[in-house]
Amino acid sequence: MNIFKQIFRFYYDGFSNLPRWGKQAWLVILIKLFILFVVLRIFFFPNFLKTNFKNDTDRSNHVLENLTNIN
Amino acid sequence: MLETLDLSLINWSRAQFALTAMYHWVFVPLTLGLGILVAIMETLYVKTGNQEWKRITKFWMTLFGINFAIGVATGIILEFEFGTNWSNYSWFVGDIFGAPLAIEGILAFFMESTFIAIMFFGWNKVSKSFHLASTWLTAIGANISALWILVANGWMQKPVGMVFNPETARMEMTNFWEVLFSPMAVHKFLHTTSSGFVLAAIFVIGVSAWFILKGREIVFARKSIVVGAVFGFLALIYTIVTGDSSARDIAHYQPMKFAAFEGLYNGSEGAGLVALGLFSENSTDPKNQNLKDFAVKIEIPNILSYMAFLNWNAFVPGINDLIKGNEKYGVLSATEKIARGKVAIEKLKAFKDAKKSGQTALADSLKAEIMSPDFQKNNFKYFGYGYIADTNTLVPSVAFSFYSFHIMVVLGIYFIFFFLFALYYTLKGKIHKKRKFLHIAIWTIPLAYLASQAGWVLAEVGRQPWVIQDLMPTIAAVTKISAGAVQVTFWLFAIIFTTLLIAEIKILSRQIKIGPNTEGGTK
Repeated sequence: MNIFKQIFRFYYDGFSNLPRWGKQAWLVILIKLFILFVVLRIFFFPNFLKTNFKNDTDRSNHVLENLTNIN
Repeated sequence: MLETLDLSLINWSRAQFALTAMYHWVFVPLTLGLGILVAIMETLYVKTGNQEWKRITKFWMTLFGINFAIGVATGIILEFEFGTNWSNYSWFVGDIFGAPLAIEGILAFFMESTFIAIMFFGWNKVSKSFHLASTWLTAIGANISALWILVANGWMQKPVGMVFNPETARMEMTNFWEVLFSPMAVHKFLHTTSSGFVLAAIFVIGVSAWFILKGREIVFARKSIVVGAVFGFLALIYTIVTGDSSARDIAHYQPMKFAAFEGLYNGSEGAGLVALGLFSENSTDPKNQNLKDFAVKIEIPNILSYMAFLNWNAFVPGINDLIKGNEKYGVLSATEKIARGKVAIEKLKAFKDAKKSGQTALADSLKAEIMSPDFQKNNFKYFGYGYIADTNTLVPSVAFSFYSFHIMVVLGIYFIFFFLFALYYTLKGKIHKKRKFLHIAIWTIPLAYLASQAGWVLAEVGRQPWVIQDLMPTIAAVTKISAGAVQVTFWLFAIIFTTLLIAEIKILSRQIKIGPNTEGGTK
């Protein structure tokens, strides 16, 4: 069996024989990753500078403006 | 712009970051320490061939796996918050944070995810020694991941190895090794990870105590306690040593934090350490309610001076010295630092205006001036002070810092005796008769978490108002978004993290009740 097949079998056997706690843990991981990257990242946590400015020059100008405009 | 910022926005943004970081830190220390403990137990199995050690390893490995699964990626949210709530800050530090966080991501992904799979799926499929190596590499990988995060945090406490480029409005790394081997980062890493080892050792002893109280798995529990107590005791000694080094770093680079966590208002030579103290309602300064007077104070003379500068009679500046200045001891006043900071901001503003109006030669000359070592040392070093309108805001919450520090230290001392008694009773074969001690052992688990959280509260609350020490206060770091939006996500996180914590406790409790007959990997 070549190395890739061996690696595939290793993970396949591992995941198909997960004990109950392992299945629960994976369920928690998948739900969590969905909430983090699909719900929170997209709807609640856009990157402010990436979303509002086109390029790094605009971003640095904006931050420079913020940092120097203290009055 | 900054003076018109809604303070509630800053407070909610801070509260949200604190909530996320504290919940994240519920999961991390157990992963850091339990990984090493499991590796030690498996080493004992491989060395002795004793099947009982294999059962022990698999049981604790299961608990490690559950904690790892629930905790994984909870730290990612902190990075989301950087981009949304702290955009000025994240842009300002971009280049410094980029390298350590990228290395952390690569290491965490490749090292941990590869070897953790072998650790759980590899029993009876790979050789004993290869499996053992994978367990060790998973544990070491987790700790190395922590290194890069703590290097970034260490840099925020003591910025080194960089220069500010006004053109990009960013810090640029000039010396990677200086950032990596900054004493602040090194001591922080060693202190934080070893405190995680202590917490995990207490967790192992507490859970084992539960088994003995239930009259189950006595041999398993006793062996686990011996490993936990020896490892925990050694880790605790190391935590104390590295904590001592961290305190010295703080005394040198964050003297206000040092003065605050000791409630030292007026500096002195041969300063004493407050071993026990309680604040009264009265303030030492009617204009500043933060500077509470002590109702009770037991002080050990000269210890604080030694702790800070390894000299029994050294002068330790107090909060008032740091605000008003102390010429005799070369302590610059806050007013002087603010003036220097304002010069730095004005120079940056002049550069920005010159650039905007197309005066290239002037902009280039101002840029060269700002980046010159002389200007960096005398003015830019105090850049953040330029935003400070009221010198009282330079003092972190004294009561919060003081109590956090003392809770951590008192619990640390208690843990020494706890480990020694656990080891003594177990080796003497008396542990099953010491029911009170076994109950105490279970209740010591939340105390370990309390001590661990108190350490972080001290580190982060104690350095207020700074996001980056002396360079950027929170007021300049925050994104001007609606405070309401931050409140919504604050409560969202509170719900998500509490759910995760409940899931962790439920799955862990169920697995503990099943006991060591469970399989540590596949069925």
